[in-house]
Amino acid sequence: MSQVRSDKPFTLAGRTYQSRLLVGTGKYKDLEETRLAIEASGAEIVTVAVRRTNIGQNPGEPNLLDVIPPDRYTILPNTAGCYDAAEAVRTCRLARELLDGHKLVKLEVLADQKTLFPNVIETLKAAEVLVKDGFDVMVYTSDDPIIARQLAELGCIAVMPLAGLIGTGLGICNPYNLQIILEEASVPVLVDAGVGTASDATIAMELGCEAVLMNSAIAHAQNPVLMAEAMKHAIVAGRMAYLAGRMPKKLYASASSPLEGMIR
Amino acid sequence: MRIQLNGEPFELPEGQTVAELLDRLELAGRRVAVELNLDIVPRSQHAATALREGDRVEVVHAIGGG
Repeated sequence: MSQVRSDKPFTLAGRTYQSRLLVGTGKYKDLEETRLAIEASGAEIVTVAVRRTNIGQNPGEPNLLDVIPPDRYTILPNTAGCYDAAEAVRTCRLARELLDGHKLVKLEVLADQKTLFPNVIETLKAAEVLVKDGFDVMVYTSDDPIIARQLAELGCIAVMPLAGLIGTGLGICNPYNLQIILEEASVPVLVDAGVGTASDATIAMELGCEAVLMNSAIAHAQNPVLMAEAMKHAIVAGRMAYLAGRMPKKLYASASSPLEGMIR
Repeated sequence: MRIQLNGEPFELPEGQTVAELLDRLELAGRRVAVELNLDIVPRSQHAATALREGDRVEVVHAIGGG
């Protein structure tokens, strides 16, 4: 564990986190499953969506923030479902009011319902407004290294390229683009979207990502609570492997056991 | 008077405030945020903000999302 201790801390907007796994709260069976999975994941940063209250329906209904209390978790409100900059900015302002002036947001502006691919032009516009308005913006984007660089230059505190389309679980589809983004990163880079199972999370961390954000991979697993725990270990394993530095790949074999002393 | 509440028409007595509206909706003390005609109404202003005919009010909360 000494390598882990010598790791630089994972810091976002001046706050340090022990866990490099960020989790969503969507797609769970119920709030109890949400609570158990988040607890098992060890995540300290948890995303939520901002939506209209159901007028006149179940006023006594338990609230998501009762099971993930903001005094225990860093709540990361998202702009999921927003298709233009204005809508995303409006959602972030509502989120800030909802969370008593909390400035951390996950900006995502989507382009298309079938792919949920980010609309990077609207994302850039929204990021500029939000940064000026004092938000700490963690931004979901495509794996285009130029857009990632521009978002960082605009003042986003973290850039979060997709590894695959949202909710597909296809894994790390283009590790080479992620590598380019990581190589020139001036802010933390997190993989957001695409992770399907533990090995995908490990690959993202081995590439050098600061952290990984996921939702479906846990919530849609056959056993979400167990998968949440698997992800916790996968993130730690990937980070340690990244710090350790992998061996070079070789085309031909190289014996691990010495040849001296063979019985012949 | 009639306002638009979360996109739907909603009837309430003249001169009601945001705080009174939340009371009526059994949302008083709940973690919600209110927007009035596209501007945020800070929690500290709920009791002092009177609603008018035709106002567009949004009341939002946090739900599961990724």
